[in-house]
Amino acid sequence: MADSNTLTSEQVYANKKESKKEKMIVKTAKRLLKNKLAVFGLIIIIIQVILAVFAPLFATYDPIKQDLTNAELGIGSDGHWLGTDNYGRDVWSRIVFGARISLLVGIGSVGLGLLGGIALGLVSGYFKKLDGIIMRFVDLLFAFPGILLAMLIIAMLGTSLVNVVIAISIWSIPTCARIVRGSVLSIKKQEYILAMKSLGASNFRILVKHVLPNCTAPIIVFATMRMATAILSTAALSFLGLGAQPPTAEWGAMIAAGQDFMFTSPHLTIVPGIAIMLVVFAFNVVGDGLRDALDPNMDLDQ
Amino acid sequence: METLLDVNNLVTSFRTADGKLPAVRGVSFSVNKGETLCIVGESGCGKSITTLSVMGLLPDNGEITEGSIYFQGEELTKKSDDQMRKHRGNDISMIFQEPMTALNPVFTVGYQIKEPLNLHTKLGKKEKKIRAIELLSQVGLSNPEKVLKKYPHELSGGMRQRVMIAIALACNPSLLIADEPTTALDVTIQAQILDLMDDLKDDLGMGVMMVTHDMGVVAEVADRVMVMYAGHVVETGKVEEIFKRPQHPYTKGLLASVPNVDDEGHRLEAIPGSLPNLNEKITGCRFHPRCPFAMDKCKVDAPPHFRISDKHQSKCWLHEEVDSHEYQHKAYS
Repeated sequence: MADSNTLTSEQVYANKKESKKEKMIVKTAKRLLKNKLAVFGLIIIIIQVILAVFAPLFATYDPIKQDLTNAELGIGSDGHWLGTDNYGRDVWSRIVFGARISLLVGIGSVGLGLLGGIALGLVSGYFKKLDGIIMRFVDLLFAFPGILLAMLIIAMLGTSLVNVVIAISIWSIPTCARIVRGSVLSIKKQEYILAMKSLGASNFRILVKHVLPNCTAPIIVFATMRMATAILSTAALSFLGLGAQPPTAEWGAMIAAGQDFMFTSPHLTIVPGIAIMLVVFAFNVVGDGLRDALDPNMDLDQ
Repeated sequence: METLLDVNNLVTSFRTADGKLPAVRGVSFSVNKGETLCIVGESGCGKSITTLSVMGLLPDNGEITEGSIYFQGEELTKKSDDQMRKHRGNDISMIFQEPMTALNPVFTVGYQIKEPLNLHTKLGKKEKKIRAIELLSQVGLSNPEKVLKKYPHELSGGMRQRVMIAIALACNPSLLIADEPTTALDVTIQAQILDLMDDLKDDLGMGVMMVTHDMGVVAEVADRVMVMYAGHVVETGKVEEIFKRPQHPYTKGLLASVPNVDDEGHRLEAIPGSLPNLNEKITGCRFHPRCPFAMDKCKVDAPPHFRISDKHQSKCWLHEEVDSHEYQHKAYS
């Protein structure tokens, strides 16, 4: 009997701990859901993620299989509800597989960019001696217009989607580094950091375990907003022929290919255009909503 | 009694735009096991910098330029940062002034109490939890298991300061440094926290070094008192001697500026003038511009420490005369 008692109390303890951790997430989620625009954005993002993950299920045709007898079918054609392109490839299937690519490229480049940006930001915010050097390096990166820097990097590395990821991530580093540095500068002056030092914690431990968790909110917001920029830039680079190479189904490349048929079959440019617009809009709106939801000074509850 | 901490002629300077400025100018003191030393003085007189020097946690532009700090026979000023880290939180701990900001807002109390245990011990997960609960009940928090899971903002100021003390005591330190531990608390909680620290000191046999500017706190907890003014120790002595027979004019001034509730007609006597800036050059005794007893000699030469009794010292020329008078008196009789 004693055994069963302890077991239940342990279970209760575990449940409580879980609920405590969830509380913060639930609170943020609730605040986010009060923002109607953000909910709309969230729905679009969820749809995109589902499409991307289960692309083969949603795509009715092979996205790169040509069918020249059915070329340039319009929207609402039999069997191809979004029509076909000049090689007879199903536009809907290409959009679905394109969602996969833009999501992967977005996550990849933002992830890499965050990694570099957070590392640089933490170090330069915390160590005064390195601050000058790192921030001048960041200024140097800032001096290039973003898309030009990406083009420069791709020109050096060669054209491929992987290089697009690298180029966009490098371009994300300076902004992220500055955001993180700003947070670190204000956090490191807090007394609890001195208190941690007085307990004998090393600088690395303080940075990673105590400073970083305190600046997650701005990082989350930055990452969401950056997803939008990354997806847009991927499309732009592919449109210029620097990213995805044919026959890869990529939204920007689809617009580029559809350009020549703008007057005969406008859906070839309009459909991927709308897809890009919706996704970029969604990430921006959700980023905005998250910023409001994570800001403790914005009291949406009352 | 065993000497725990022995500080000799400590000089701590700051690099500023005006050059190197000493904030602590040749301070010497010692703390014994099981003893409470109170450092008293106005804001900006170097109290906190003295404690931070001992911890090795000076701001980036500060450094110990002279003197030695012996802790349990080991010289601390020559230790590397890594070696110092092993002492911090392990055998020297610190409590801070603001319990509101000294706890990390994004972690639970439990996580933060276990942090020094993570750093200095190799206890298992369960042992750490047991120790954390033990610590929280030791500092008088009821329902410690519940407190473990709370975030700092869910606790009151007094509870947070208790948590801070629990964190500082986690590894059974032999020296506890408290930098104005009760300034941010209201008076009833102040008394509780001071009693708690006193009890814990006796239980664990720690030496306590407490910085304060509240003479009431000093009277409550101190065994010995060290009065600081503009980076110098001006008077040290046992608490009874300091309160009953203050020798240095500055100590007298400090005691006269404590409000007296019982006496309605009592007027507070402030010490005229203000604390000199770090870069102000004052010849002779640094207190002479504000001292009501200043003599010509005070403006030229800095006074040494004069012994008044066994453990009572005062850094004032007035006592030279007293000394010699007494000497003459004795010689005549």
